[in-house]
Amino acid sequence: MRKSKDRLRNESPNQNPRGVTDPGASGPDQSLPRPFAGAGGGCSAEGGAAKARGASGTWCEPDRPGRIKLLQNRVLLGRQSVSSTCTPLGSTMIHSLFLINSSGDIFLEKHWKSVVSRSVCDYFFEAQERATEAENVPPVIPTPHHYLLNVYRHKIFFVAVIQTEVPPLFVIEFLHRVVDTFQDYFGVCSEVVIKDNVVVVYEVLEEMLDNGFPLATESNILKELIKPPTILRTVVNTITGSTNVGDQLPTGQLSVVPWRRTGVKYTNNEAYFDVIEEIDAIIDKSGSTITAEIQGVIDACVKLTGMPDLTLSFMNPRLLDDVSFHPCVRFKRWESERILSFIPPDGNFRLLSYHVSAQNLVAIPVYVKHNISFRDSSSLGRFEITVGPKQTMGKTVEGVMVTSQMPKGVLNMSLTPSQGMHTFDPVTKLLSWDVGKINPQKLPSLKGTMSLQAGTSKPDENPTINLQFKIQQLAISGLKVNRLDMYGEKYKPFKGIKYMTKAGKFQVRT
Amino acid sequence: MSASSLGYNEQGGEAATEQGQEATPTTAPSVPAAFGLFSSDTKKNEDLKQMLESNKDSAKLDAMKRIVGMIAKGKNASELFPAVVKNVASKNIEIKKLVYVYLMRYAEEQQDLALLSISTFQRALKDPNQLIRASALRVLSSIRVPIIVPIMMLAIKEASADLSPYVRKNAAHAIQKLYSLDPEQKEMLIEVIEKLLKDKSTLVAGSVVMAFEEVCPDRIDLIHKNYRKLCNLLVDVEEWGQVVIIHMLTRYARTQFVSPWKEDGVLEEDNEKDFYESDEEQKEKDQKVKKPYAMDPDHRLLIRNTKPLLQSRNAAVVMAVAQLYWHLAPKSEAGIVSKSLVRLLRSNREVQYIVLQNIATMSIQRKGMFEPYLKSFYVRSTDPTMIKTSKLEILTNLANEANISTLLREFQTYVKSQDKQFAAATIQAIGRCATNISEVTDTCLNGLVCLLSNRDEIVVAESVVVIKKLLQTQPAHHGEIIKHMAKLLDTITVPVARASILWLIGEYCERVPKIAPDVLRKMAKSFTNEDDLVKLQILNLGAKLYLTNSKQTKLLTQYILNLGKYDQSYDIRDRTRFIRQLIVPNEKSGALSKYAKKIFLAQKPAPLLESPFKDRDRFQLGTLSHTLNTKAIGYLELSNWPEVAPDPSVRNVEVIELGKEWSVALGKAKKEKPTEKFYSDSEEEESASTTDTESESTSESEKEKNGKEEGSSMENSESSSEELSDSESESKEGSAKKKFKTTEESDSDDTEKKTKMISKKRESSGSSDSESSSTEESSSDSESESDSESDAESRKHKNAIASKVSSPIFVPMKTHELLHRMSGKGLAAHYHFSRQPCIYGNQMVSVQVTLTNTTDQKLENIHVGERKLPAGMKMHVFNPIEFLEPEESITVSMGIDFCDSTQTASFQLCTKEDHFNVNIQPPVGELLLPVTMSEKDFKTEQGMLTGMNETSTTITVAPQNSTRLVLLEKVVKAANLGVVPSGQDNIHRFSAKTVHSGSLMLVTVELKEGSTAQLIINTEKTVIGSILLRELKPVLSQG
Repeated sequence: MRKSKDRLRNESPNQNPRGVTDPGASGPDQSLPRPFAGAGGGCSAEGGAAKARGASGTWCEPDRPGRIKLLQNRVLLGRQSVSSTCTPLGSTMIHSLFLINSSGDIFLEKHWKSVVSRSVCDYFFEAQERATEAENVPPVIPTPHHYLLNVYRHKIFFVAVIQTEVPPLFVIEFLHRVVDTFQDYFGVCSEVVIKDNVVVVYEVLEEMLDNGFPLATESNILKELIKPPTILRTVVNTITGSTNVGDQLPTGQLSVVPWRRTGVKYTNNEAYFDVIEEIDAIIDKSGSTITAEIQGVIDACVKLTGMPDLTLSFMNPRLLDDVSFHPCVRFKRWESERILSFIPPDGNFRLLSYHVSAQNLVAIPVYVKHNISFRDSSSLGRFEITVGPKQTMGKTVEGVMVTSQMPKGVLNMSLTPSQGMHTFDPVTKLLSWDVGKINPQKLPSLKGTMSLQAGTSKPDENPTINLQFKIQQLAISGLKVNRLDMYGEKYKPFKGIKYMTKAGKFQVRT
Repeated sequence: MSASSLGYNEQGGEAATEQGQEATPTTAPSVPAAFGLFSSDTKKNEDLKQMLESNKDSAKLDAMKRIVGMIAKGKNASELFPAVVKNVASKNIEIKKLVYVYLMRYAEEQQDLALLSISTFQRALKDPNQLIRASALRVLSSIRVPIIVPIMMLAIKEASADLSPYVRKNAAHAIQKLYSLDPEQKEMLIEVIEKLLKDKSTLVAGSVVMAFEEVCPDRIDLIHKNYRKLCNLLVDVEEWGQVVIIHMLTRYARTQFVSPWKEDGVLEEDNEKDFYESDEEQKEKDQKVKKPYAMDPDHRLLIRNTKPLLQSRNAAVVMAVAQLYWHLAPKSEAGIVSKSLVRLLRSNREVQYIVLQNIATMSIQRKGMFEPYLKSFYVRSTDPTMIKTSKLEILTNLANEANISTLLREFQTYVKSQDKQFAAATIQAIGRCATNISEVTDTCLNGLVCLLSNRDEIVVAESVVVIKKLLQTQPAHHGEIIKHMAKLLDTITVPVARASILWLIGEYCERVPKIAPDVLRKMAKSFTNEDDLVKLQILNLGAKLYLTNSKQTKLLTQYILNLGKYDQSYDIRDRTRFIRQLIVPNEKSGALSKYAKKIFLAQKPAPLLESPFKDRDRFQLGTLSHTLNTKAIGYLELSNWPEVAPDPSVRNVEVIELGKEWSVALGKAKKEKPTEKFYSDSEEEESASTTDTESESTSESEKEKNGKEEGSSMENSESSSEELSDSESESKEGSAKKKFKTTEESDSDDTEKKTKMISKKRESSGSSDSESSSTEESSSDSESESDSESDAESRKHKNAIASKVSSPIFVPMKTHELLHRMSGKGLAAHYHFSRQPCIYGNQMVSVQVTLTNTTDQKLENIHVGERKLPAGMKMHVFNPIEFLEPEESITVSMGIDFCDSTQTASFQLCTKEDHFNVNIQPPVGELLLPVTMSEKDFKTEQGMLTGMNETSTTITVAPQNSTRLVLLEKVVKAANLGVVPSGQDNIHRFSAKTVHSGSLMLVTVELKEGSTAQLIINTEKTVIGSILLRELKPVLSQG
């Protein structure tokens, strides 16, 4: 909307000094430059203005017009400008990283070169305020002297400060990798955990980037350089005074298999593969499928001694329409034989993600019968949904969860489920119903009434129903692993394969 | 402490600290909260200082951890600098690391003190541990202190020649740091970059290209020689490096190759899609008619080698390849990227956002690319708004006659969305579809009119705006719609919508003659309360009505003009004044008022409803500038295709023989050598790491075996590798000049010099391989060479007097058939003896096998299967070949230890399906390695090998063979012998040693009168000696 308003404003005659032209004429629409239009809507107008001033003017660091923080900023400016003027342009991809929690506190900062003042984050806060919801914050925010690229995960904003042109995906992908690494190291990635392990975090970040350029991002390598904290190690370290920091270059760093550390030893050698497929679908009012596709991944947990060389073959590899591999997979082998041949990393990793295209017919394992109606006259609405199994290949559908964002006009709902629990939050208007397992003999249903705000007209759209479910031991695309062979090592590993189908973004329009 | 001691809190605190320190060094003293922030801070720091000065590592570590915590929170810890910097030489690696972290943060602020730490790093730069060397370089180059620039420069130079690729990688990073610290160093740094660009390690490639992009992106000439290497390495480079290299190569390719788009350019131009289309291109097209376009093989190489990367798990890599295809590939091929881009849409919201933006730009120009994936862009109610609008944008771009009906149905759902911003955007999208696809204009218009009765004001307002634009494009009779909209004026409050309605009524006032004045009347009433935007339109409407229908509206208009005259906004006042002058005739009004009607009621061109991504394509896809739609700092323009391609030969590099490449793959098993003398050695290591991951697994096991074999002759293996590297560097440098230099330096007699001069001429005329040219020359050549390497070699031979293995004088081109293509089901194999010392073991004969695929299908997994070798014989097989394309051939090298016998080596040559039994039987002449010795030594040796060790025979020599040159040529062709310089014209001597046992093999040909000759062979290996004798006989007797 902001964008469209912008355009309209540009069109309006009062911005057009010629005056004669009517707003309908095409002139201004095309000719007026719209700085930052569409840059995620972020800072468009003010950002642009600020930029213009910054470029022509005297100050080096941003400030924001009409803000209380203005004065503080000015104070900071004095110091900041020194460091930023004596720095020549360029030469760093990722300059600094700020971690910001949902309440807007910067709880960690790391600089890979000269220090960038925290005040640069004000631009981010501004964008955050404007976006109202966290996920609407534009990932790229321009400021007069820097660009802020951010990702939002685990309720934390990871804000990277960059100075020069860089492929934005490069930075975003790296930030995601940072989050993954933290998760890998600490089990969870949260503000508390990061604060508790700030030293390890710092050491890891130090290894991950050198001068803003990624150095070691494979968690297998990082873990050799800096060992993840465990209770046992902490105890041992305090007693013996040994450290978490490795003093040898991880062998992986130099080898052609950088993802695997050497000298791996296990007493039980095991390799588990989980084939997990997610169905993304949009089902329309009448129950017919608008679009459906299957996204699958094979997650592996490989704990094998030495340097095993694995091959994994499928019964029906042609199903896979588009694939992306972990770097360990030999692409040529896949291209010629459709076999996955690889030396696995140690531990958990995602071997493969694939896509079964929308062109193939996708079996939809559940259906939703719904009857949601608002009446103009009364302040009550009817609500009734039933969930049932459809094409499940004889497997049970479990873990069913129904969520729906009700229209604003709904004040409350009084519903009775035939099974499971349901909640309705009158503030966020979010209805969720934890169904559990579907029993085909006795289909679960949720019935009742909605009370609507009196006086308002009925909402013009029925709510969309989002569905989650799980089906064990079934890959809905029909993909089957044929066999797993191991070469290069003598022992006989224990192998296991699990299939699962889940709902991805599964929506039913009503 | 009580509040009364406030004044002394500083001292008191310290005292407390000391006490606390003695008891438990790690616990911080308890500070009363009343002391306030500042005082407690300094005191904490005091405590930290003491901990840092303690003897215990654990205390130091604790202190450092707390300091790092402070840095992380953004608190100032700079005053601890002196205390921290003392620990830079700590033995504890974790303390050291944390000190490094601290240094990098604060060194810039405390330059003088930071200098104290420099010597530590300088020492560490020489550490045997590569990790320590690397991290020392990292920190040293991160300390932003201008004084140490020369030290940094020196360190970088040294590190760039380091044996460890990891250190070299860090050197590449340091280049950028130094450059940003002191741009004056540019020239020197470019030299280092140039050197590192030649590096063959995949580890270094990405980093050095990054440095190149930072320091000297305009020095495209540095890339030429490395272009092909970079293309080939690309798959094995780590993912971040890939992104950088791909972007750089895209830029490079745009300057070096001609456009591949000409064929379909004609089509594109008609559709006005191609923004690259320009006058220049037109010219090119004219040329094209004369000359068909052929893609440069290097251009093709890049496109081909980047394709597998589309399968990368890293979104940035996929995007980089996509933009490369977009900017470089023929238009027919660019389509393959769309699938991968669509796959990225499953990723995180940030990735989605960027990818969608790029797709939006692409879909404007080439709808076809993404049309099959239309449904992947359908919007879900759970998408964030920015994703929704981007998707909508793409859907609109993709709309055409075929899919518009489905799309409109989809749009209908969106319009009802609870996200009103998005609903409004959808209405705009419908408007765009309506203008672009004339078939559906009416449908869309009707649909939009229905929306006018929507409850939501934003939706209605947006509809009004869009309808206004649509009506303009279709100036048919839409009186009804206008009337309907006029009624809306009572209810709608959104200024833009009101303004739009007013404008419409004004514009088409002749079509609604009754309503228009009435609207004006209403508006006059509410004028003062309207938004500026609306006021302006009221003025407009008034003016238009005044001109068309002055009878009814004259007074009304004048009233409005009066109101406008005193409005607060100067814009409105201006407009009022202007309109009054223009429309109301008075004595002062100029000539213009005559044209007032024409001015106001001119036919206006309909607005083009265009995608906001229309002009994005001026930026390279995938860049930050593209995302922001504004030029980011440091954005490098993508140049237009050159009209004529620059000389492609600049990318040529000397061909390195295949055999070497295969062989070095195995050199990896060797240990890193402590000496830094042999550059070629380190090179081996690098190229070893560049070998395909595919071959990795299998070569691994082979290496082990190889290692075992080598273990048995450990003391020799090293020197053999030296030999290898020497001969390599020779063949690589290849330039005749250098060779001759050494030749001339060697003290040889005049006659020899003469022949050399002759052969020099010959060689320089290009026939370096001609057989007879250089027997003499190379013999002396090898002598001088072996001199240079004598130190390392001398311990090697049993007969150490003077005999050294020299490079072969002549390598026969004769190949032997290993497997006929008929019996090999299309796989043909030939082998020949390269006469090089074998790298797999110095008791082995190296055999080059050329495999050719004569079928029309790929042959896969060619490898050596079961071997049947006589006792004692060993064989080192080549790495399995992943596949062989039809009509392609590949040369691989093997090593076979024949145990100085002519027994056959049998083995199976296997493909994926078949295996064939083949055997290699060596001619006895190939079981030898030439050695050089002086005539004197020869005679001494010969004297020791008499009696049983001597075989001789008298032969007739064909007359044409009796000249010296011809005779030498014949003999060395038959057997791998070295020539011994001889003082007598009629006696020719040759020397060699057997490959396995190293026994000397001395051959003497003494020409007698009457075309007879005496052939004498002295050797311990009498069997071989006699066979050789038998073989040499016909060689000399026949013509």
